[in-house]
Amino acid sequence: MAAPIDRTTKPPLWLLVELTYRCPLHCVFCSNPVDYARHGEELDTASWKRVLAEARALGAVQLGFSGGEPLLRPDLEELVAHARGLGFYTNLITSGVGLTSARAKALRTAGLDHVQLSFQDSTRELNDFLSSTKTFELKSRVAAIIKAEGYPMVLNCVMHRFNLQHVDRIIGMAEQMGADFLELANTQYYGWAWLNRAALMPTATELREAEAVVDAHRDRLAGRMKILWVSPDYADEKPKPCMAGWGAVFMVVAPDGVAMPCHSARMLPGPALPNLRDVSVRAAWHDSEAFNRYRGDAWMGSTCSSCDERHRDFGGCRCQAFLVTGNAAATDPVCPKSPDRGRIDDMLDAAATRHANDATVQLLRFVPGARRGADMLFRSDENSLDCSAAGTAGTAPC
Amino acid sequence: MITPDARPRMSPLYRMQFEPTQDSWVLLYPEGMVRLNAPAAEILQRCDGKRTVDEIVAELEVVFAQTPLHDDVVVFLSQALQRSWLQ
Repeated sequence: MAAPIDRTTKPPLWLLVELTYRCPLHCVFCSNPVDYARHGEELDTASWKRVLAEARALGAVQLGFSGGEPLLRPDLEELVAHARGLGFYTNLITSGVGLTSARAKALRTAGLDHVQLSFQDSTRELNDFLSSTKTFELKSRVAAIIKAEGYPMVLNCVMHRFNLQHVDRIIGMAEQMGADFLELANTQYYGWAWLNRAALMPTATELREAEAVVDAHRDRLAGRMKILWVSPDYADEKPKPCMAGWGAVFMVVAPDGVAMPCHSARMLPGPALPNLRDVSVRAAWHDSEAFNRYRGDAWMGSTCSSCDERHRDFGGCRCQAFLVTGNAAATDPVCPKSPDRGRIDDMLDAAATRHANDATVQLLRFVPGARRGADMLFRSDENSLDCSAAGTAGTAPC
Repeated sequence: MITPDARPRMSPLYRMQFEPTQDSWVLLYPEGMVRLNAPAAEILQRCDGKRTVDEIVAELEVVFAQTPLHDDVVVFLSQALQRSWLQ
């Protein structure tokens, strides 16, 4: 089913390198693959440098260092310096664990442009519960270190049923820390978040109320802190322009060198994704079956190909289509035109019912080393191995 | 709002560079990019916190061999300020 290869394809502008899947946190909504613990070895320093150079030569200009926790790579400073020398704008996407003052300084010297720090909530209790670590105080200290080094700082908080009612305090916390941007990233249901979707999913009403709070603050904070509200596409009933189109501007490289059109593409059925140990970034981007599979609109069914929105939403998300309908080429099921929209509505209805039966969210108790809690599965090596062994990775709760 | 003796400078949130593959100047910021047209790039390159608005206008009138450019430049600078590109 390989699509014809289009030599007019524009180069990637955005390269996200997931340097490692190792992570000190165990977040229940992690977007890493559920079977990450079974993936191969991480690329070495020289290989990452080659990947960066090839992507830059092709035209990539934004570079995200992500993971897992990228600070666990002792060669991070070396890779940042290399990337900066190539002319990339370098973003570090981190939990903050390991970002000492000395390291923040060394990364600054290496040329790091920006740090995005994750928080799970404005309260210690929920932050520590959702990540299954005691990291709230540490993250607060790290935010001060980032500002002291003069970095632009983005705070990122994944939003869901447990923290949406705290949105006011989360904004206040970001403001107090001097964040330049606050990204309120409504949970997208892939990876671990897909496994935990029943527990995480808010009701449409909760989302609307939270968004109204955001809008009020946005006006007040104009010129000081920008707030990005990532659309909760299930409730908004509007397909997101996922990755700005498949193979259009974005490439993700997994720790083992696999090149992907998005974070989750590895779980889709079809021929293997290209590995940058074996092929160049150029070959992966232009010539691989995977990057051409849903490029453009030739792959679209009639619902999408006859729709005026197709050049704005690019047919939505292939991974969501696969997870919800079993067909990766289906119209994104969040779209009201999708014959599978009912499946999304069922999930939202279940969230409303669950909420009605359980009006107050139970007080969450942090348990060190917990594998499960509040009907959720934490992201850990043990759980990853169990889930992938059961053959349910990505598709069903295990 | 923008006085002739103001000395605009780029916000530290933004980095400006020429991208050969796009054949244009771009503004880079956390996880984003703005592609600049040629006049915008000429103006922003001169926003170094040292030159005054009047000096920038005078230089651009030479570069583009065109006068008067004062109003066009001030309109652009106001927009850039509003978008936080400048401080």
